Amino acid sequence: MKSKFQKIFKGGLGQLTIPIIAILILVIFNLIRDPSFFSISVTHNNDGNIVLAGNLISIINAASELAVLAMGMTLVTAASGGQDISVGAAAAIAGSAFVSMLKSGSTITGGTVLLAFFYACLFAMAFGAFNGTLVAVFKIQPMIATLILYTCGRSIAYWINGGATPTVSSPIITAIGSFIPGIPIPTPVIIVIVVAIIFKLVFHFTSLELFTQSVGINEKAARLNGINATWIKLLSFIILGLCVAVAGVISVSRLGLINHETILLDVEMDAILAVAIGGNSLGGGKFKISGSIIGAYVIHMLTITLYAMKVSSTDVKAYKAIVIILLVVIGSPVIKSKFTKRMTQLKNRKTKVSTKGAL
Amino acid sequence: MKTRKEFLREPLTDTQLLMTITISIFVAMYAVAMGALQGGFLHAQQVFDMLNDNASLIIVSCGLTIVMITGGIDISVGGVTSLVVMACILYLNHGGNVFVAALLALGIGLAFGLVHGFLISYLEIQPFIVTLAGMFFARGMTTILSVNPQKVEHEGFANLRSTQIEIPWLGYTAKNGNIVPARIELGVLVAVFCLIVVFLILKFHRLGRGFYAIGGNQTSALMLGINVKRTRFLAYVFSGLLSGVSGFVLMMHTGAANATNAAGMEMNAIAASIIGGTLLTGGVGNVIGTFFGVLTLTTIKKIVVSSGLNQPWWQSITTGGMLCFFILLQSVVLSRRNKKKKAT
Repeated sequence: MKSKFQKIFKGGLGQLTIPIIAILILVIFNLIRDPSFFSISVTHNNDGNIVLAGNLISIINAASELAVLAMGMTLVTAASGGQDISVGAAAAIAGSAFVSMLKSGSTITGGTVLLAFFYACLFAMAFGAFNGTLVAVFKIQPMIATLILYTCGRSIAYWINGGATPTVSSPIITAIGSFIPGIPIPTPVIIVIVVAIIFKLVFHFTSLELFTQSVGINEKAARLNGINATWIKLLSFIILGLCVAVAGVISVSRLGLINHETILLDVEMDAILAVAIGGNSLGGGKFKISGSIIGAYVIHMLTITLYAMKVSSTDVKAYKAIVIILLVVIGSPVIKSKFTKRMTQLKNRKTKVSTKGAL
Repeated sequence: MKTRKEFLREPLTDTQLLMTITISIFVAMYAVAMGALQGGFLHAQQVFDMLNDNASLIIVSCGLTIVMITGGIDISVGGVTSLVVMACILYLNHGGNVFVAALLALGIGLAFGLVHGFLISYLEIQPFIVTLAGMFFARGMTTILSVNPQKVEHEGFANLRSTQIEIPWLGYTAKNGNIVPARIELGVLVAVFCLIVVFLILKFHRLGRGFYAIGGNQTSALMLGINVKRTRFLAYVFSGLLSGVSGFVLMMHTGAANATNAAGMEMNAIAASIIGGTLLTGGVGNVIGTFFGVLTLTTIKKIVVSSGLNQPWWQSITTGGMLCFFILLQSVVLSRRNKKKKAT
């Protein structure tokens, strides 16, 4: 029993140390502040369905879009060593495409929703491929390449909408955005789980994970070993495009309307942050998708904790910044190396003392 | 000693090449606008208006160019600018003094620069994350100070604000026959001053050459005996300080503060630096290029507005397209150059 435990935690939790410590600190802080913070209740919502409610559920629910985006962002970060700052704008485009396709038909059925989703995916993948081409073929730094879409993406969404903020209302859209009748778990959470399982399966059955890591660590060496580095980079951006489409559709369905200005505003910063909190190097290379997902939940748990402490929504950013700085300072290489040095010193001193005692 | 001919035959450096492209494109674009659109583009005031509106952006972009030359990034500049505007206006409205307000602006900028520099260069945290947190903090502090828009009610400052330099011979005759002189705000002078100082530091001072060295290759800079950590630290301090100056200049321009002040300024500044020929990988760039980058960005927007594309989305779509063009151009030019270098 003990050996198994030691095997799992050999050498600590690795890169998951920081996100897990962060989430534990937040949980303990909340439990001390308000023991009933994490209580989950079963209630009936407006449609008469039995649903779960409570702070924990709302944290997990609200972080869905961010979690999906963070998964794709991790892949892009690992492959290209840079970040995509256009995900919010691209999600606005995908959401607009989704709504415009729904609006073009007379009735909204399951089939048209599926069709509209594929249409949105097509759009988002096309823009992902655009970013990916700039990065992989033209060798432009990802942040600069995606700055183009960041600048004009929301305007393109506005253009698709024809200068309006159209609404869609249908039981199917409501089901995607909140609850499917009969299932007490919010649908976005289920979508996140499905996306995560798809990622896990892809990594299990293909060598995408290994190839991405090797391209991120040393592109030249990867190419000499027969990996098509350009294609891997491009592919990572296209996969991020798919994630963006999913996030956009969730966000549109949640509100039942598309507002190009406010949909997923500033989500790109949060997504990059989630990747960093997850212990992934922003310079590319090794990555863990699970870390990024935990990172996304850390960010939202922090936000909801601050809301619960009656911090107004505009002021949350300042407190968030302090927590982020604390987290990255703890995780910084300099502090880490100093800490390990101090620990070994202490250990050495202890052994010395014990030998002295024995003599 | 090189003769003039030898000097001319020497190939341009990357920095000069990219800057030349930007300047020539800006001149060509403006000339086309003058010919095709006429109207306001023929008046000198059009250029001065561009400067008046963008004085703070020019200052911020100078700081960002320094940071980008060292191979880093500072996305907190817009947030710091907005915080400075809010803090100074609140201070002035509570019976403050203009001189102290200027010091306050510099102090806030300096404080952000010091913290960023320390965290990035001595604790080796990624610059993106640190300055992102800085941006969040600055934006959050702005709304903590006041959610409601504030207006300056300070007399001394109002006088300073309305001080403009008038150049009669560059003016034009309005429709009613009055001669309207060309006007330049004080902020533009500050911006030009900052531009010259940063240019001189980058070109001639040891510190400026150090910025290029650590951006080009950190290891060789270390071997040359440059204090890499201190140099990088100072780059962020410069950027923070210039954000503070920019906040004061923006306050002189708008005279009001609200929570969305300078929104998106960081991305505009990054775009201006890129158009001006600064590479995000570091080691290449120049503030003169950045200055023309700001002018190019503004000219595109003005051309879109005056050519009758009234839908709200065209402005940013054309900006994006233009950005795309410049980025691709740079990439192609530099890759061709590298190939040539390898061939010889």
